[in-house]
Amino acid sequence: MNDNNTTPPLNYLTNGHTVKSWLLTVDHKRIGILYLIAMTCFFLIGATAATLFRLELATHNANVLANDTYNRLFTMHGIIMVFFFLIPAVPGVLGNFFVPLMIGAKDVAFPRLNLASWYIYMAGGLFTLAAIIGGGIDTGWTFYTPYSSVYADSHVILAGTGVFITGFSSILTGLNFIVTIHKMRAPGLTWMRLPLFIWAQYSTAIINVLGTPVLAITLLLVLAERVLGFGIFDPQKGGDPVLYQHMFWFYSHPAVYIMILPGFGVVSEVLACFSRKRIYGYEFVAFSSLAIAAIGFFVWGHHMFTSSQSPYAGLIFSILTYLVGIPTAIKIFNWTATLYKGSVQLSAPMLYTLGFIGLFLVGGLTGLFLATKAINVHLHDTYFVVAHFHYVMVGGMMMAWLAGLHFWWPKMFGKLYNEFWARVGAVIIFFGFNFTFFPQFIAGYMGMPRRYHVYDIEYQPFQMLSTAGAFFMGIGLIICLVTLVSSLITGKASGKNPWKATGLEWNYASSPPDTHNFTVPIKVDVEAYDYTDERIYQDA
Amino acid sequence: MSHAAASTDHEHKPYQQHHFESMEQQTQSTLLGIWLFMAQEILFFGGLFAAYTVYRILYPQAWAMGAGTQNVFLGMVNTIVLIGSSLSIVLAVHSARHNDKKGILKWFALTLLLGLVFFGVKAIEYGTKWDHQLVPGLNWDDGHALHTIQEHAPKNVEINELPKGIQLYYSLYFVMTGMHALHMIIGFGLAIWIMIKAARGRFNAEYYPHVEYFGLYWHFVDIVWIFLFPLLYLV
Ligand code: HEM
Ligand SMILES: [Cu+2]
Repeated sequence: MNDNNTTPPLNYLTNGHTVKSWLLTVDHKRIGILYLIAMTCFFLIGATAATLFRLELATHNANVLANDTYNRLFTMHGIIMVFFFLIPAVPGVLGNFFVPLMIGAKDVAFPRLNLASWYIYMAGGLFTLAAIIGGGIDTGWTFYTPYSSVYADSHVILAGTGVFITGFSSILTGLNFIVTIHKMRAPGLTWMRLPLFIWAQYSTAIINVLGTPVLAITLLLVLAERVLGFGIFDPQKGGDPVLYQHMFWFYSHPAVYIMILPGFGVVSEVLACFSRKRIYGYEFVAFSSLAIAAIGFFVWGHHMFTSSQSPYAGLIFSILTYLVGIPTAIKIFNWTATLYKGSVQLSAPMLYTLGFIGLFLVGGLTGLFLATKAINVHLHDTYFVVAHFHYVMVGGMMMAWLAGLHFWWPKMFGKLYNEFWARVGAVIIFFGFNFTFFPQFIAGYMGMPRRYHVYDIEYQPFQMLSTAGAFFMGIGLIICLVTLVSSLITGKASGKNPWKATGLEWNYASSPPDTHNFTVPIKVDVEAYDYTDERIYQDA
Repeated sequence: MSHAAASTDHEHKPYQQHHFESMEQQTQSTLLGIWLFMAQEILFFGGLFAAYTVYRILYPQAWAMGAGTQNVFLGMVNTIVLIGSSLSIVLAVHSARHNDKKGILKWFALTLLLGLVFFGVKAIEYGTKWDHQLVPGLNWDDGHALHTIQEHAPKNVEINELPKGIQLYYSLYFVMTGMHALHMIIGFGLAIWIMIKAARGRFNAEYYPHVEYFGLYWHFVDIVWIFLFPLLYLV
């Protein structure tokens, strides 16, 4: 810890200012920033689409959008948010930036491949944007056949190609992380000393490598059907659309864990730091990530209870879905236990994290309702499902993403954001979120189907509340964005370890880190989250 | 720059990338990366094999009749050609291990040549199917297809109508062999790139990972064919 001055002359941000030095960089930290910029743009596009159709849904009849436009907007929202924000957010930005820093490596194992992954992601994004500009796509983010492959009169080919291409970015990033975590750890950093963020990235990477190729081939078959007229899922040629659903969900259920597991990792880091305690039951939290990744591959049929899937298969999928709830619950219990007798500090990242725990709990438990076959028949394709997955994806993943972004912001940019406004943003987002999505549970339970823009007047109060809440949440997001961006200009220098956190990234790298991460050789001799270690308190 | 401070304590081989601590770490990392890539490939083809299995069980007749129209002889030739190319790539790796640049180039060239033979045969097969109007979506014709199937059926079997799902058989035939061919084309590109490297003397007995990993990739592509051949021609 011989940090002789807080802002070293050259760090990864100042080492080269040309556009070329960014676009051809192989530095994992710069690549992380490239993802951050691209992904924020995609998020804003997705959010704009949501704003438009939320406005439409405020009243029960059509007064803002034509039905076709409405369909295209919610599809675009789903595709962009899932494939271009939720899946790449934490691995692409925080994972790229911090996996090497947290394990004491100079870079990921394959830096050039890492840059290629970003370009692949962008290429996929451009195809999808082209689909949007060309008039959009109206199949829903699930691309169900035969609608997508035969009947849909919108840009399935462009959007499908976009998602197909982006998939390879996930696969290659996953591959890179697995190798990096296996082979590049600093001396003394055993598996059981790894930060839980690393365990989470590792589990996610496994799903990425094993699940994403199946999505790729499935989309390829849909495209072959649409472009060439092959008949793999077309009932007229003997094909089976339900096979499409099987293949799609074989990827897309594990994909929900691709989205949430990295969030679990962030939560563990923030929680330990702001409770000043080691995560309770570290081993259980670590292995539950792997358990989730493994079991998550065998539950996909819970999306298909009401399809022609055999009821016996449905029964097994239902039981397995319950099973996957167990490792998830283990995490929640252990996080809660970590708070017990900790010295809890309600900083902005911690507010997001606590929000995550509560909202994800609601999302996970309603997932169990949905996994019950009899209840599912009533709730399938209603707003209840919409509310469920927004509680896990927005209440869970987006909150975790914001927690992580605030937590590591000082390390990434060397600047402190305004703590007061960051907290205000967090609180507004939390309440806005609940106003937006809780009413949807009720509307869905009463029977309101999803994906309709004209609906029965009895549901109008819930939809109106939802729209109002969405604007409230939007204000929170804007506050958050302004707070973070303005900190780059007006923020105070953060110093190496503003939160007095454990971890190599806080204690051995400056803020912002040096181009090659560390200036001293690293040897690890402590367990993870050792908040009794005095060295973390003697920051320069 | 400052990273030198962290790494002056050990010597760097010229082909060691700076972010690795040792040559051993680099080799192991690359090897693990290649195997993960293979795993991802298996899942990719796995999706196709899953679809194949489902429809094969649903439409056994279509499968039997569709396979009946295949030219088993040409399929066999191609299988042998690919096995031969696998052998020649093994010999290329062997040459690399013995620092034999000429050997590498020679065996890579033979591998590419055999690959071209494979494509030639495949082109004949695709062409025949096109002439018989057996390509779903593009030029499929029920009458012509029925006629072709009748011609290829054993003498004592009478076929009066197309079996259900016959177009699925051909769709999968084209997608599966097409994906396999695409992997071979990618292999061609890689092989040429590696040959250029070899010609420039970039490899030696200690360092020839590109050659070795290309060998793994090529074997994988061959193995896929070893599965496709019986599944599509012989069922
Ligand atoms: C304990 C955990 C969970 C359980 C038991 C669970 C269960 C379910 C079930 C049974 C459905 C099907 C509802 C239907 O369509 O009838 C469903 C839908 C969904 N879940 Fe979950 N889930 C869980 C966690 C998650 C997580 C962590 C995410 C994402 C981060 C997620 C995202 C989704 C999405 C996106 C859908 C709807 C897909 C669609 O039809 O568009 N779930 N969940
Ligand atoms: Cu699911």
